Amino acid sequence: MKYIDEFRDGTLAKKLAADIRREAQPTRSYSLMEFCGGHTHAIFRYGIQDLLPENVHMIHGPGCPVCVLPIGRVDNAIALANMPGVILCSYGDMLRVPGSNRVSLLKAKAGGADVRMIYSSADALKIAQDNPDKQVVFFAIGFETTTPPTAVAILQAQKLGLTNFSVFSNHVLTPSAIANILESPEVRHLGLLPLDGFIGPAHVSTVIGSRPYEYFAYEYQRPVVIAGFEPLDVMQAILMLVRQLNEGRAEVENEFARAVTREGNLKALDMVAEVFELRRTFEWRGLGLVPYSGLKIKEKYAAFDAERRFELVYRTVPDNKACECGAIIRGVKKPLDCKLFGTVCTPENPIGSCMVSSEGACAAYYTYGRYRDANNH
Amino acid sequence: MTKPRTGYIHPLDLKHGKVDMTHGSGGRAMAQLVEELFLTAFDNEYLNQQNDQASFLVPGGRMVMATDSHVVSPLFFPGGDIGCLSVHGTLNDVAMAGAVPLYLSAGFILEEGFPLADLARIVASMAQAARDAGVPIVTGDTKVVERGKGDGVFITTTGIGIVPAGINISGERARPGDAIIVNGPIGDHGVAIMSLRENLSFGTAIQSDTAALHGLVAKMVGAVPDIHVLRDPTRGGLATTLNEIARQSGVGMMLRETALPIRAEVRAACEFLGLDPLYSANEGKLVAICPQADADALLAAMHKHPLGKEAALIGEVIADSHHFVQMETAFGGRRIVDWLTGEQLPRIC
Repeated sequence: MKYIDEFRDGTLAKKLAADIRREAQPTRSYSLMEFCGGHTHAIFRYGIQDLLPENVHMIHGPGCPVCVLPIGRVDNAIALANMPGVILCSYGDMLRVPGSNRVSLLKAKAGGADVRMIYSSADALKIAQDNPDKQVVFFAIGFETTTPPTAVAILQAQKLGLTNFSVFSNHVLTPSAIANILESPEVRHLGLLPLDGFIGPAHVSTVIGSRPYEYFAYEYQRPVVIAGFEPLDVMQAILMLVRQLNEGRAEVENEFARAVTREGNLKALDMVAEVFELRRTFEWRGLGLVPYSGLKIKEKYAAFDAERRFELVYRTVPDNKACECGAIIRGVKKPLDCKLFGTVCTPENPIGSCMVSSEGACAAYYTYGRYRDANNH
Repeated sequence: MTKPRTGYIHPLDLKHGKVDMTHGSGGRAMAQLVEELFLTAFDNEYLNQQNDQASFLVPGGRMVMATDSHVVSPLFFPGGDIGCLSVHGTLNDVAMAGAVPLYLSAGFILEEGFPLADLARIVASMAQAARDAGVPIVTGDTKVVERGKGDGVFITTTGIGIVPAGINISGERARPGDAIIVNGPIGDHGVAIMSLRENLSFGTAIQSDTAALHGLVAKMVGAVPDIHVLRDPTRGGLATTLNEIARQSGVGMMLRETALPIRAEVRAACEFLGLDPLYSANEGKLVAICPQADADALLAAMHKHPLGKEAALIGEVIADSHHFVQMETAFGGRRIVDWLTGEQLPRIC
């Protein structure tokens, strides 16, 4: 397959693996966080950890939009779906995430709620046009990559004069989350979480550019390499991080020069800025309340804001006591550290959100990586 | 008293007519539908007796029976339709015991308002598939449900067959060291169906691989009577089928990604949909597990058959108390190939 196989070439992988092995100094360890769930998925799906030396550790970060959405927001979505005359449109991954009392959108659907799985915000818009007698709500989640399409949908709805379309915005921001992790006591004081460098998500940077990371690299003295999602991209980024750490550098480097610029996509950013504004604070699963980390719809577009239209009230709901999703999302614990992993909590019957999305650390580990520990027992 | 009518005043309007509730009522309208559509299309001595059951003699030996319901949406797809699919699906289930299929039955659940023209097309396709396979549809049933209570047509078929003496094929017979073979590229049916779904529709030249495999199986058991396992990887794809076998046999498996036959178009479609061809459904594929020593002979026999031309050795059975199906990735690492979680695509067959 052209333009894909080039980035999955086993021979090149072996060469990169040898380079990493040669450069990694045996006297020290390298703890690298891949922020994004897309990278987590690639690492497990292609078996990248098998190719790394023992002292290079990958720590799985919070960059899975499904995983970081707190139970309270899932409850809001379920309440919306259960309202008479409402069609709730959601991305597929979101359907299986359990809210309070383990009710998910999928279960609400089985109970009679009109929940539609869609692939893009344009699908939701079309459903609104096709069902003028229903209120169509788009359950919008995701990082900077999915925000511009949501903004477009709202602008389109306005242009079309749709009065039955609204968006339940749960869009969140990557840089705020990274800053929150770097500020956490586990990293700053307790030394529980060694974090030497970051792999930044290329898709996010195709929108926001590489510039937002310059601050962390400088302020926290942690190198950042922005990388694509193909396995060779990830290997190359690991090599670049190891080199920076060896040389005592803490810079933002761009492995994904084929699509990422320093400034990002200004047109997309303008559209987002037109429709959205920062929330003072937004609750993340695992990270708690993170200041200025989420986006809400501006007053100007209030007619398309489901939170206003349906007067949604947000209520914080604590996670299942035994569920370690919070610590796993912060990188403090690994899936196997959770008592529920693989026993009570499986992809078929998830307790925590990390087990739901294929980008969640637990699901990726369960689906692709279990053999590693099983074979050591 | 007038004489009973032999024909009907109006023949079935197979061009513009629609299924209505009387077609399932047991009355004259139903008799007309059966006679003019089903009997004409399936035409065989058993069905033509028009009894409530089919009556036939069977040879001695071990008999197998399989049943399969079909709810595929859309009803017509590139490379086939629900009609031929419902024949192939059950024939293949029978054939996966190494059996020679003998007879089929067919049950129809029709939705009120379903165009008779579409039904005629589906029935013709079933009849053709049954004739091609040399297996008659010997008995059947028709029911009609109100509009909105079904989705056009659902078809359940049942098949019986006889296992030749000396053949013992079963899901629990995979042994460490055995070879794992597939008869051709995987994932075609799932991608063909997906390309037509309303919110996905994309252009592709991929056709469903729907096909009856008993002819190929006959050649295979002829060449290697000691095939341990045969199974057709339909819903859930190759990955799910291998996991079923691993659990049944209490073994693990190691696949080689580079050895998996997958069409470039299927890989591309799966890539942009975020799917994995290993989980995409097949309707004309089988997995065979046999002793390593027999693998070459089995592959040679398969390569001679039109449905086995692209057969490939994709891995081997290993001892593993966790019953994991693993894969050496083309990238050089390893991963688990797990059961399908949730629903990759509903109503695929």
